[in-house]
Amino acid sequence: MNLGSILEQTISQAFGVNAMVFAMAVIGLNVHFGYTGLLNFGQIGFVAMGGYGLGMSITIFGWNPWLGILVGLVYALIFALLLGVPTLRLRGDYLAIVTIAASEVLRILVRSTTIAEWTGGNTGITNFAGAFYQFNPFTERVYDFGPFFYTGPNLFILSIGWPLVLLVTFLIWQLMRSPWGRVVKAIREDEDAARALGKNAYWYKMQSLMLGGVIGGLAGILLAIGNSTVQPDYFVPVQTFFMWTALILGGVGRVWSPIVGSMLFWGLLTATDGVLRGFEAEGWIPRWLMNASQVGQIRFMLVGLGLALLMIYRPQGLFGSREEMMLDAR
Amino acid sequence: MAQEGEQGVRARVLADDPATDEREPVEGVAVRFFDQSGAELGSEVTNAEGIAEIPLAAPGIYQVEIDATTIPEGMSLPNAEEIRREANVQAGRFATVIFQLVVGEGGGGARGTDITLRRVLQLSVDGIKLGLFLAMAAIGLSLIFGTTGLVNFAHAELVTWGMLVAYFFNVLGVSSLFGFTAGWPWILNGPVDLISAALMAVILGGLLGWAADAAVFARLRRRGTGLIAQMVITIGLSILIRYIYLYLFGGTGRFFRSYAGQQAIAIGPIAVTYKDIIAMTVALVALIGVGLTLQLTRAGRAMRAVSDDRDLAESSGIDVQRVIRWVWVAGAALAALGGVLLGQSDVIRWDVGSQILLLLFAGVILGGLGTAYGALVGGILVGLGIQLSTLFLASELRSIGALLLMIVILLIRPQGLMGRKERVG
Repeated sequence: MNLGSILEQTISQAFGVNAMVFAMAVIGLNVHFGYTGLLNFGQIGFVAMGGYGLGMSITIFGWNPWLGILVGLVYALIFALLLGVPTLRLRGDYLAIVTIAASEVLRILVRSTTIAEWTGGNTGITNFAGAFYQFNPFTERVYDFGPFFYTGPNLFILSIGWPLVLLVTFLIWQLMRSPWGRVVKAIREDEDAARALGKNAYWYKMQSLMLGGVIGGLAGILLAIGNSTVQPDYFVPVQTFFMWTALILGGVGRVWSPIVGSMLFWGLLTATDGVLRGFEAEGWIPRWLMNASQVGQIRFMLVGLGLALLMIYRPQGLFGSREEMMLDAR
Repeated sequence: MAQEGEQGVRARVLADDPATDEREPVEGVAVRFFDQSGAELGSEVTNAEGIAEIPLAAPGIYQVEIDATTIPEGMSLPNAEEIRREANVQAGRFATVIFQLVVGEGGGGARGTDITLRRVLQLSVDGIKLGLFLAMAAIGLSLIFGTTGLVNFAHAELVTWGMLVAYFFNVLGVSSLFGFTAGWPWILNGPVDLISAALMAVILGGLLGWAADAAVFARLRRRGTGLIAQMVITIGLSILIRYIYLYLFGGTGRFFRSYAGQQAIAIGPIAVTYKDIIAMTVALVALIGVGLTLQLTRAGRAMRAVSDDRDLAESSGIDVQRVIRWVWVAGAALAALGGVLLGQSDVIRWDVGSQILLLLFAGVILGGLGTAYGALVGGILVGLGIQLSTLFLASELRSIGALLLMIVILLIRPQGLMGRKERVG
């Protein structure tokens, strides 16, 4: 077992494309749940909308790629409106069920043969990212510096994605210190009290859903360009659950939690993977207990267990404060 | 995640059966791999997971071609000309190309354009069958919500549990795990008949429900953990349990012994198999039993009382925690039985939970979250809706109807069809 190589992979993944996309999507989730208290379990639907908006407008409609980015964001906005109008008046647990159902409806729809001429059916959309990669200055095949190991295209999307994540984090931080931010936090704490003060809670929640949704759409655009493809089977509900794990890991309702949580999530995932594979290769784990193809399964078990244990013993995450975030129904 | 420096092309050959909407891997299909210049790099035959792959020295664009002559009889590629696909291989990654076969001759998803009385009747019977099974599984979900306020995202895992336990006793048998019990009586010996296996599934299902409440949820209630936090905990548990199933059971779909593929008998214009009639009778008897228990017995009345108004029930001398424990046991046992029935009518898989969880939610919300009878009505409506929607929609879209119906019901009658009016927003 090569501990050095595991460490390198862990660090590379903690700053890698997955972590970057997650960080962006989790910022949106943090706006929804962390600041406004909306139980959105369909964040992956917004990510899908962003990716499909970009892919469809370039390959199907033949539009300008930069316009495609805008279309992706508009798709996410429309999804937020469609989702918000019927559901934002509902109690939290109902909202959770409806958002997860809506994201599944979306996934089943885009992977169906019925509308495959627009969405590519179960193979998704490819061949649209070239327009962006022509600006890629990282022309070498791989870049290996310090503990980091990335391909040229990956480094390109990372060099755009992470600064964007920081920019959005900064904007959200400022926004949440503004009067608007104080109102949504008041709605999170006590919706009736906010209403009694004359605030239109429904409209504020809708704005929050749209804002976080568009940020999710941006994550989808980064994902689509980074992978050069949009695959319907990526957008399963379990991805939303992973985003929740990352959010809770970082600490719900904190400025840095989406970034810290996503990096921790992907770093830990990669480290467990490397260590388990290393143990397996060394023969330290008996073959009847685990073979190489079961490493992935055990990793998922640990994610599930980790999410449950975090919620039981440290719901405020690693950096949150217990006073600010007592999760409860509203 | 592939290791660094290890890249390649992977072809997955799957069959989408329009009748069941299951994706099954197809074994024994030859797949050829080419580089961009068209030179053949090698040929592989798909394994039991439907996967054929080759490692590659360098990333780039590669071609994958499926050998149409090796596709099993009765299946075909939807678009016959698309035997060759492109794969964009990135460094350190396996690029996956999926070949989706359809059962029967090529063409998109099976769409019913002809609405005949015979089809409507047949789909109604299929819908009621599915609905009965869903209703059984959903009652526990609804009652647990009614008595504790918890939305249990891991409930569908209890359904899968019943399915897998019954498979274990029906196909593998106890002696496959503990060799020394061979020759001992009944279930301790080898594989048993499905009825005994179903009985074991119900018993072990109830046991799991008891354990879940005793080990986790009763403690959380005592600690005063919030309901939303508990809900997120059930999500974590459902991921954990689902992958334990995959670890123990493997990824392939399986069937109960001697129950796969039975001859259908015709009743008027509709065709049903013998096992369907038995399964529907079992479900009906169980559901009537639940109804009578809730209506007539002390325990049932206590459950309804706690579900109606927990504080009032507690102050009138009902041991609420004990009632909740029994709701967990009964709900989990019913879910397990529902799982056995679903398993015999369809395929047994580790991830059935993720496929039916939202249908269960649709059922209980349609009927009214927290009411036992609502779950019954809602489950049957969802089953009917799913099957009848294939009259107008491609079968791959059939669960969408149920989910959209749930959203519409929440809009116009948030308390559900059978629920009492209360504030849910």
